[in-house]
Amino acid sequence: MNSSATIAASPHRDGDAGDRALARIFSAYTASATLWLVFATLVGVVLALKFAYPELLSGSPALTFGRLRPIHTNGTFYAWASPALIGLALYIAARSSGARLYSPKLAWVTLGLVNLAAIAGTVSLALGLNDGDQEYREWLGWIRVVLALGLVTAVWNLLATVARREGKDIYLSNWYTIGGTLWTIIIVVVALLPWYQHGLGQVAVQGYYMHNAVGMWFTPLSLGVFYYALPKLMNRPIYSYSLGIFAFWTNLAFYPLLGAHHFLFSPLPWWLQTTAIVCSVAMLVPVWGGSANFLLTMRGRPERMRRTPAAFILVGVLGYLLGSTQGTVEAFRSLQRVWHLTNFTVGHSHLTMYGFVTFAIWGGIYALLPRATGKEPNNLLMGVHFWLATVGVLIYVLALSIGGTVQGLDWIRGAPFIESVTDMAPYWLWRSIGGLLMFVSHLVFAWNVWTMTYRRARTPAPSIAPAPAGA
Amino acid sequence: MNRLVAIAGGATLVYAVLAVLMAIMPGIELSQVPPGPGVKPLSPIEARGREIYVAEGCAYCHTQQVRPLPVDRVFGRPSAPGDFAFDTPELLGSERTGPDLTNVGTRQSSDVWQYIHLYDPRAVVPQSIMPSFRWLFDVVAKAPAGVVPVPVPKPYAPANGAVIPTDDAKALVAYLLSLKQQPIPGAPGEAAATAPLAQAAPANGTTGGAAAGGAAAGAPAFDAADGAKLFAANCAACHGEQGAGVPGAFPTLHGNPVVMATDPAEHIATVLHGAQGKPINGVTYAAQMPAFASQLSDRQIADIIDHERTSWGNHSPTVTAADVAAVRAKK
Ligand code: HEC
Ligand code: HEC
Ligand code: HEM
Repeated sequence: MNSSATIAASPHRDGDAGDRALARIFSAYTASATLWLVFATLVGVVLALKFAYPELLSGSPALTFGRLRPIHTNGTFYAWASPALIGLALYIAARSSGARLYSPKLAWVTLGLVNLAAIAGTVSLALGLNDGDQEYREWLGWIRVVLALGLVTAVWNLLATVARREGKDIYLSNWYTIGGTLWTIIIVVVALLPWYQHGLGQVAVQGYYMHNAVGMWFTPLSLGVFYYALPKLMNRPIYSYSLGIFAFWTNLAFYPLLGAHHFLFSPLPWWLQTTAIVCSVAMLVPVWGGSANFLLTMRGRPERMRRTPAAFILVGVLGYLLGSTQGTVEAFRSLQRVWHLTNFTVGHSHLTMYGFVTFAIWGGIYALLPRATGKEPNNLLMGVHFWLATVGVLIYVLALSIGGTVQGLDWIRGAPFIESVTDMAPYWLWRSIGGLLMFVSHLVFAWNVWTMTYRRARTPAPSIAPAPAGA
Repeated sequence: MNRLVAIAGGATLVYAVLAVLMAIMPGIELSQVPPGPGVKPLSPIEARGREIYVAEGCAYCHTQQVRPLPVDRVFGRPSAPGDFAFDTPELLGSERTGPDLTNVGTRQSSDVWQYIHLYDPRAVVPQSIMPSFRWLFDVVAKAPAGVVPVPVPKPYAPANGAVIPTDDAKALVAYLLSLKQQPIPGAPGEAAATAPLAQAAPANGTTGGAAAGGAAAGAPAFDAADGAKLFAANCAACHGEQGAGVPGAFPTLHGNPVVMATDPAEHIATVLHGAQGKPINGVTYAAQMPAFASQLSDRQIADIIDHERTSWGNHSPTVTAADVAAVRAKK
């Protein structure tokens, strides 16, 4: 165990062709994902403003709320977070194994497939072509096959790279990234096959899909980034390697069972709903265990925590802890009575997908990309990105958590429905303000990515050799 | 190498088993739930309308699932598994920015209302944040013979020309009007299928507002609060919170001849049995006034009628439940 823990913190070899190819791939994945982040969250801002100005951009069917919303969600999921995480996973697989990437060519194929799916998906949604209003699987079937092929090529590359590792042990991060990718291939296939998806049967599959896509794809990949980037930034091994392994298996045992909690009180069988509630509680074990592991790794190194990439990871860990615990609390039937179907859920989605996943990606990119390319971002601009995004998402989540509660209580009070719409107005306004701050932070991030990748270094880079502090 | 196979293979295997247990097996079982009593497949035009509903993403703001909770009673009886037998792709939804639509065909049975609402929701519900769907309509200089233009109220209508629903709009409205819950014979909470209309307020009712008028005639002999509430729940969608109607689409009840008439028989009959196509103050309305005989009791109808007869400056003799019963018995 210890040997693999030190691999993560061991200095890497620089300068050869394999490293340059890896840096090019890591840069391209990050840049492509960042462009999509800017686009998909611009759409998010438009959506947010439509709650205050329903006639905004209302002339064209392609810009109506019901078509833009899946463009926003699928865009952030499959064109921003997914390729960004795959890029990180490929880099981590090679570095933590002390090996070259198995096939740079295959990595380009993966990136091409994911982008092809994203473009085809976005265009067809704008044209009103979808596979049902079923969250996160609205893309037409063939487009999701392209996405699945992207995942297959990615996991192939990851496995073959880790198979070339130096020691016997496989560093923990790779457990999470490889496991997550393999599971996701299963998820995508289960969601595609039609035979058991009629009427209520499809509702059961949808409950499984929407939750597992989040919890068995974005969560393990992001945790994989934590397990690698955090020891790098702190210059010490992860606090408890075995706790990380324990969290891996418990996450696998409980998470897949809790999908039905999205359809509590629906006509789905009661046992399915109850299993979902029980497992939602059991999820506290891996979540608290994992979070404690990260926080204890950070403890006692204030001088390192002050650096911005570590701050991103700290917010990411807190987002994971709070978002997942909130998910458990939400799953209780008594609380679902108030919050289910309200805007509270949208707040929860952004606490997890933004406060956790997106911050984990940013932390990973700021921590690792400069090591790959030898180009550092501007510290001040990194700070501007951090504060705009943090304050923005805080406003966003607080506004919808309070607003969602008001909405739920309006319904319980038996007020005319329209009151729950008018009562939300101030909270929707605050959400737009938070969303605007988030969006501006993405522009700053895009600039920083440019600095870390394709921008010509002002002073000729001191060949990539001397690794930045902490490597 | 072996280690890699063990970890990756083991984790995949465990997950595959769980996926079969939690998704595929329930999927197989629930796909075979037979349709409930009276639940029928959609007609071709309704099915086309459902496709438009899916394409425009209506389900991101509207659920189609009534939970067995008191809060959901306004939307109908609790959904039963058999209700969804023909619902593929499923449209249960996960967010209620707008009201649940499981039973909207019963609640909003007027196609004219639906057309105006789709053309511009704010024309009938000023506070609405629902998007407008104008591309489902054509604006033509003059409506072709035999086609009734949508009576969009002035400020919301195009400057010139008539608004005509396209085939897509007709299909969508046919689908919306088909959304009616079938009663479950003998089920305990069965009465709830119609009860919500009588109790609760739909999208655009407001509290208070109309109640003030009741005071005009001195101490009313009827339940003024109940009358105002029932009016908000059942009538305000078309006639407006303040009974002013929507010009050209739904008649105003202010100084309306039927409401002002001393003999209440026609007033009662209109509410009981509905009405259509009768010129009112020189205007003929394309929309239909729905019948409420099967949804409201005599007592409730009397309260609503008395609310209308004593509000907004109207001063007409009030009626009793017995008067309503008498008119009901005639037909
Ligand atoms: C952005 C969210 C949103 C979208 C998208 C949306 N609606 Fe709505 N809808 C609302 C709101 C809010 C209301 C309540 C106010 C009103 O009546 O306009 C409503 C009300 C309704 C009503 C009246 C329900 C009642 O009980 O009175 C119907 C019918 C309806 N919508 C149909 C549709 C259809 C059909 C679509 C898609 C073509 C759609 N809506 C898309 C938000 C939305
Ligand atoms: C779906 C829309 C709609 C709803 C809901 C509705 N009405 Fe009407 N109402 C109409 C229309 C349209 C007319 C005109 C009918 C005609 O042209 O003959 C009308 C006519 C009337 C008239 C007769 C006016 C006259 O001069 O003949 C009365 C009275 C009336 N409504 C009362 C009510 C009451 C009471 C309720 C609630 C219980 C109600 N309406 C609900 C659409 C509606
Ligand atoms: C500028 C930043 C963002 C803004 C302004 C924004 C805004 C929005 C809006 C307005 C909605 C629709 C909510 C509704 O229907 O009521 C939404 C939904 C959603 N967004 Fe975002 N978003 C942003 C960033 C992101 C990012 C980066 C992600 C993921 C990585 C994300 C994931 C989601 C998800 C999953 C939903 C569906 C929520 C649910 O159904 O519960 N968003 N967003």
